[in-house]
Amino acid sequence: MSTAMERQSGRELTGTNPERTRSLPCFQPRVDIYEVSGELVLVADMPGVANESIDIVFENGVLAISGKVEKRQPEGTQYLLSEYGLGDYHRAFEVSEAIDATKISAEYSDGELVVHLPKAESARPRRIEVKSR
Amino acid sequence: MNGWLDTDARLLGRLRDRMDQLFSQVLDERTLREGNGFWTQRSFPPVNCWEDEKNLYAECELPGVRMEDLDVSVVGRELVLKGERKAPELEGATYHRRERDTGTFHRTVRLPVAIDSGKVKAELRHGVLTISLPKAPEARPRKIEVKSTTKRIA
Repeated sequence: MSTAMERQSGRELTGTNPERTRSLPCFQPRVDIYEVSGELVLVADMPGVANESIDIVFENGVLAISGKVEKRQPEGTQYLLSEYGLGDYHRAFEVSEAIDATKISAEYSDGELVVHLPKAESARPRRIEVKSR
Repeated sequence: MNGWLDTDARLLGRLRDRMDQLFSQVLDERTLREGNGFWTQRSFPPVNCWEDEKNLYAECELPGVRMEDLDVSVVGRELVLKGERKAPELEGATYHRRERDTGTFHRTVRLPVAIDSGKVKAELRHGVLTISLPKAPEARPRKIEVKSTTKRIA
């Protein structure tokens, strides 16, 4: 069961290496990853992030996504009910499939980040014809 | 003053919290078995609530929920949040990971003061729902002016 302190969008990251300079906690967003028509698609729940603060890096087969969240309530707000914490998002994945890094695209709407990772031509399944003699 | 009452009230509060926990555990197990994740769990979505002199504010994170699939209402002293996150229809997709829950939710939050329900506003932006609930006039703190009646002593 998830505790009340756990942010619903994901687990809190602790002891990240290297350490972060921002004081807000950092959460691992929940994701879906699926494969459809020649591409790998990653969908992450990242509510409350501004478009320009989203960072997507694909390097050496590792896809890293992060997003910064600005405090929405003034400092020192007394909560009558506090069931989730606020924090930035970060998560990284090792992608075993060969990806065409130049064609990676992403969009953000309704608090969902969608990253499209098209497979490299060489990695797409190719039908091998068997010739009969 | 009223020490015993205070302790009893706190004990009852703790008991209620524990009951809530137990219930949500049972619901959790049931919904997990049904494969709905915690979206149908009683305590979804988690809510943060704060106030200023004139308003109560409630906020929750609802990524992927569209305004038309969301129903916010105030009934008496209760805020009711109903909605649905629809599962995308993807033909021929193979899932590697599926951590994001879909389905319907229904949550009631008891409000501490009376609300002017005609003036409630809700905004959904980047998956964050913010609701401002103006306090009913009688629930607002009333400022009492203190007149100074200092008399000069001659």
